[in-house]
Amino acid sequence: MNKPLSRVDRPNSYIGKSLPRPNAKRLLAGRGRFVDDIQLPRMLHAAFARSPYAHARIVSIDVSAARAAPGVRRVVVGSDIAKLCMPWTGTLRHFKDMKSPPQSPLAIDTVVWAGQPVVAVLADSRAQAEDAVELIAINYEERDVVVGIDAALAPGATLVHDALGDNLAFQTTIENGAVATAFNDAAAVVEVDLRFGRHTPVTLEPRTLIADFEPGERALTVHHSTQTPYQFQDIYARHFGLDESRVRVIAPDIGGSFGMKLHVYPEDMAVVALSIIAERPVKYVADRGESFLNDIHLRDHRVRAKLALTQDGRFAGMRVQDDTAIGAFSAYPRTSAVEGNQVVRLMGAPYQLTNYRADLRVIFQNLPQTSQYRGVGHPIACAATERLVDLAAKKLGLDPFEIRRRNYVTDEMYPHTTATGYRFERLSLDQCLSKLHALMDYPALRAEQAQLREQGIHRGIGIATYVEITNPSPAFYGVGGAHISAQDGCVLKVTPSGDVQCAISVTEQGQGTETIIGQIVADQLGVDRERVRVLTGDTETTPHGGATWACRGAGIGGETALQATRKLRSNILEIAGAILQSRPDTLELADGKLIERETGTVRMNLGELAALVYFRSDTLPPDLKADLTVAQHFAPKGFPFAFTNGIHGSLVEVDVETGFIKLLKHWVVEDCGRIINPMLVDEQIRGGVVQGLGAALFEECLYNDAGQLMNGSMADYLVPMAGEIPDIVIAHVETPTLDTELGAKGCGEAGTSAASGAVLNAVNDALGPLQVQISQIPMTPQRILRALGTVQ
Amino acid sequence: MTRPIAIMLTINAEPVTAMVESRLSLADFLRHQLRLTGTHVGCETGSCGACLVMQDGRVIHGCLTLAVQADGSAIQTIEGLSESGAIADLQAAFHERNALQCGFCTPGVLMTAQELLQLEGVPSREEIRDALSGNYCRCTGYQAIVDSIETTAQRRAVGEAEQPA
Ligand code: FES
Ligand code: FES
Repeated sequence: MNKPLSRVDRPNSYIGKSLPRPNAKRLLAGRGRFVDDIQLPRMLHAAFARSPYAHARIVSIDVSAARAAPGVRRVVVGSDIAKLCMPWTGTLRHFKDMKSPPQSPLAIDTVVWAGQPVVAVLADSRAQAEDAVELIAINYEERDVVVGIDAALAPGATLVHDALGDNLAFQTTIENGAVATAFNDAAAVVEVDLRFGRHTPVTLEPRTLIADFEPGERALTVHHSTQTPYQFQDIYARHFGLDESRVRVIAPDIGGSFGMKLHVYPEDMAVVALSIIAERPVKYVADRGESFLNDIHLRDHRVRAKLALTQDGRFAGMRVQDDTAIGAFSAYPRTSAVEGNQVVRLMGAPYQLTNYRADLRVIFQNLPQTSQYRGVGHPIACAATERLVDLAAKKLGLDPFEIRRRNYVTDEMYPHTTATGYRFERLSLDQCLSKLHALMDYPALRAEQAQLREQGIHRGIGIATYVEITNPSPAFYGVGGAHISAQDGCVLKVTPSGDVQCAISVTEQGQGTETIIGQIVADQLGVDRERVRVLTGDTETTPHGGATWACRGAGIGGETALQATRKLRSNILEIAGAILQSRPDTLELADGKLIERETGTVRMNLGELAALVYFRSDTLPPDLKADLTVAQHFAPKGFPFAFTNGIHGSLVEVDVETGFIKLLKHWVVEDCGRIINPMLVDEQIRGGVVQGLGAALFEECLYNDAGQLMNGSMADYLVPMAGEIPDIVIAHVETPTLDTELGAKGCGEAGTSAASGAVLNAVNDALGPLQVQISQIPMTPQRILRALGTVQ
Repeated sequence: MTRPIAIMLTINAEPVTAMVESRLSLADFLRHQLRLTGTHVGCETGSCGACLVMQDGRVIHGCLTLAVQADGSAIQTIEGLSESGAIADLQAAFHERNALQCGFCTPGVLMTAQELLQLEGVPSREEIRDALSGNYCRCTGYQAIVDSIETTAQRRAVGEAEQPA
């Protein structure tokens, strides 16, 4: 275990405290600054003419009427922009033989999904730009469309990209141990064939950006609703041939991202190109319809898997086939192979399992791109694994808690390497399981369930264990050639009055990044947290880093801040020693004051020290290094990932007449290592759980065979609303990672990872006595009734 | 192009005269013409509640209302409610309980909450969840929002009871 970081009796011990977010007050007063709130001088507005077809050849484009429309300043087609922007390709080297064609901002000869932008209009207002889009005449020659996974893989299938020869973007096989033998010798085998509905993030603030190109200096400033400004700085510089030092990306307040706003979208690149062409600022705000068509989609998977069992209820082997459809292009720069890759690597991970084989196929189709969103593969792997585990329990007559306990990786096995090569430093699977059992009052729930069944009420109880990848090292993207940082940077400076400014590369989308960083700095330095100001989200004023993705804000950003603060503290004590003629190790910083370590006697304020350093350097010893600004970078070096773990419980009631599922309660026990702010962790988990509940019951982008989205509005695409969501009970186990001083791991995805799996198991538990099963999410009333045989 | 139309109304208790296009929504009028950017736009179809404002004391959708339809009325936006101190207790409860993450839904949620809290009595959690049925929040999972509204309702009830009759 790490040493306790703070003494609770100290005045500034903030680590581990539930403190509110200083930056939330602005948002509560309606004083947030989101990208669409920014208006720049001479700013133009962009709108796009989009392909109505999922697959077609562009025969001709007539923009003459649009050019003449009121307020229109420019109308631009694909070939105009292609000259300015180097195309991008969504492949990475570590996905061997992966393919995806180069992509341009606007379609040039063919369109490959419905909604693909073809022509851009710039006008004085968004309304005028949209009016002009209506006047653009594009002739298309329709081509055959491929949507379904089986259709895309069939011999002689319609091809999304002729040049690629087939629709397979990537495939891989993972094999460990003796799988065939395990299945031959198995006492029993259970299997699943699960379908996961393609859905989409629906951040409340849509994708928005303003590109502002200054031709004199060839400088580009982009106000961008993104979680990864540094990644976009690199991309804009490289793809537009600009000096990186003159590209500035600012991410102000962001209205939700969850992974959605870190991918490159054609409109982003088009807007930058348009600003270069027009030499004026250009704003683009996706409207909700455009968001449904072009925000990344995710989780379009079919998982077939089998689990071999021994007589005594142990897992002998697992076989997995994951087929995932990713749309027409692999996303850039992170690719669309990561989700599938994580599914096949995470299946069965919490359990003792050596005999394992998984095959993954990543498939093109004429739909929008899918890519990483909160949880990336974890919810699929979790639901499929945990479904198998429940089926195994049923087959062997074991309780779901008991079968898990029998098969978990146990405490004495750490550090543990899974069948797929993931390494666990230390998990707390058993502890979480026991804690959930007590938290739910499981025996009472089972008794109540049995009693209600007699009255014809169908309640179900489901649990789902997860492990989660956090604090990723370069193994994730860097090794594949992506310019995506796994390290973070922090610059700390003491102002003349003794305040502290912290510029850090992790970013804020409301999860509380700035708050926890402020807590760490104030705690480790020994100052009031009110006196620490944290700055994020601007490539020009903060050091380069990975920013926020894959659960790294607390674990990596927090450690960076901690190390920077210790450096600054040691500088301060050194300076204080010189000024006060004391040995630095006899001094201490507490509550913004330099005190004697032994007696607590106050010697001077930090502000007095800073004022001497800044204004009276003549009074300091000539050889004293009086650095009150420090910089620190940190990258994880030990385990490639800091795995977290936990378990969810779900209680549902299924109305067998209507097919409606009522969520009655949801429990989470999780272990994200050292907790910096319990309230913020709990709220991250709750928000994540609800996104998983959406996937379980409501959310799906419904496409027809022609590749047309049938429910592209918030009236038709269902998201979880307050009335449908139960209260969520959360408990923690803390197993800090020893790879860092701070010991924190990530918690942002823990909620989403197992929520849908727990509900899937709960609903099947409710349906069990009726001898039917459901194997598809979202579990809509219609699908429940179909499972019950009530409707076709 | 249609000719702009003149409208006169009060916004956050200040008189405003403006020329607006007939198709301009109230939300866009507030945001882009008056620069009151606290009112947000999430769907433009009346589904998400990000654009809620008060018109003559009742909560309406800024995206479904035209600016010309607001002519002659009194509009309150988040900026007004905030600066007048009318929802200071609600804002404090949201802050303490972290009932917001990205904050994009928050102004609309506060409108709904304030309207609910003006009704008689302390609403149950279920009634609060019900009242929020038109407010989409992707970040919080709603529970902290429900908690904060419940807390404010209880505090206001106690406060009123303590007021001299
Ligand atoms: S923007 Fe008005 S309800 Fe969504
Ligand atoms: S706080 Fe982000 S949508 Fe509600």
